[in-house]
Amino acid sequence: MEQKSMRLTLRVWRQDGPNDAGHVETLQVDGILEDMSFLEMLDKVNQDLIRAGKEPIAFDHDCREGICGTCSLMIDGVAHGPMKGTTACQLHMRHFRDGDTITIEPWRSGAFPVVKDLVVDRSAFDRILQAGGYVSVNTGAAPDAHTLPVPKPDADAAFDAAACIGCGACVASCPNGSAMLFVAAKVSHLARLPQGQPERRKRVLDMVAQMDAEGFGACSNHYECEAVCPKEISARVIAEMNRDYLESRLCSGS
Amino acid sequence: MAAKATMAVTGIVLLSFVLGHMAGNLQVFLGPEAMNSYAEFLHDFGHGLALWVVRAVLLACLVLHVASAAYVVRVSKAARPVGYVMKKDVATDFAARTMWMTGLIVLAFLVYHLLHFTIDPLGAYHDFVDAEGRHDVHRMVVTAFQSLPTVAVYVVAQVLLAIHISHGGSSLFQTLGWRSPRNAKWVDRIGPTLAAVILVGNLFIPLGVFAGLAS
Repeated sequence: MEQKSMRLTLRVWRQDGPNDAGHVETLQVDGILEDMSFLEMLDKVNQDLIRAGKEPIAFDHDCREGICGTCSLMIDGVAHGPMKGTTACQLHMRHFRDGDTITIEPWRSGAFPVVKDLVVDRSAFDRILQAGGYVSVNTGAAPDAHTLPVPKPDADAAFDAAACIGCGACVASCPNGSAMLFVAAKVSHLARLPQGQPERRKRVLDMVAQMDAEGFGACSNHYECEAVCPKEISARVIAEMNRDYLESRLCSGS
Repeated sequence: MAAKATMAVTGIVLLSFVLGHMAGNLQVFLGPEAMNSYAEFLHDFGHGLALWVVRAVLLACLVLHVASAAYVVRVSKAARPVGYVMKKDVATDFAARTMWMTGLIVLAFLVYHLLHFTIDPLGAYHDFVDAEGRHDVHRMVVTAFQSLPTVAVYVVAQVLLAIHISHGGSSLFQTLGWRSPRNAKWVDRIGPTLAAVILVGNLFIPLGVFAGLAS
């Protein structure tokens, strides 16, 4: 079946490098099909730009299956665009209409400096994970699964938190630029499991300290993060981390 | 994060005071005897020591509440040095986004309110003494709220305080780790409910007095 071709106006953030001031560029694009993903739409726009001898738009992408957390686009003022629980790569152009104007910006956070155009450096998240997002266990032969019982509700809650793909949409959407949903997802994931217990207190204190050192903002419970999270991580993880953090601060004497 | 916990705990103290203060002052509608004996009780309880202990605790909470708010606002503004060309809010509300503004205006009102009734630097109510020689708080309140501009200031301040509490009264549960998917539905109603109660109760004092219900 012949698909209708869409004509769109894109307002895209263009920035040559970290030190460039950057600006919004308006592009008229044609021949967008509704079955294209948002990133395929950008691929086509880039192909047209290259053919015209212009610089293509730099944007981050990897798996394009919604599981790697690499795509990071602020689409019309919403992280990952208008569809709930959907990464930008899994957003399809059928959710837009012919003639629409779409504004595309990079994540805005001092801790995520713009590398180029729509690409930001999210290594702040890596450093937070290095500060405590792990369990210290001996590797080797895998133990039998039933040697370490995990209650089903805890396993489910841990799994829900572990669904975080570290994309940074929570930071991008937070009015305060806070990374609490990301950090709390990691903290809650491990705090719910027996393997996470030995380092539980140290983990939450170290990860929060690193989060603060990276310059993320303070959480004031707007819940924008859980509303835009492509993995629909619940803000319950933030409450769990708050409780863990306060207990650890009050009981560890640090 | 310690700042947010401080804000939540001091918020609970200040919120409790606001509720008690409202209940106490609604006694203006019970007549001069109730109001003035209640005021004297507060002043003389524990040989007058209790009043100053409570005042010290409230002042400490207020200072900590404002200081932690200043910290949260500062780091949050610094966290996004370059803003968005277009940003839509999906979940947050007016109250949450304006906490620092409503907070600052309520703080300014608090200074005015203390100068107005408690400190009274011009001595406008100094010679208000009732038949039993007590400070005539009832007459003071009734006199003060005959002035429309004064009533207007109090009404505006109470609306802003209610907006502030509608977010803070629920938010503190999340900050202290007490909110979960199981209780979120009613936890999220605590703030707006407290705000509504405080708004109605506190507005009734200046408006009721202005309408002549207390004289």
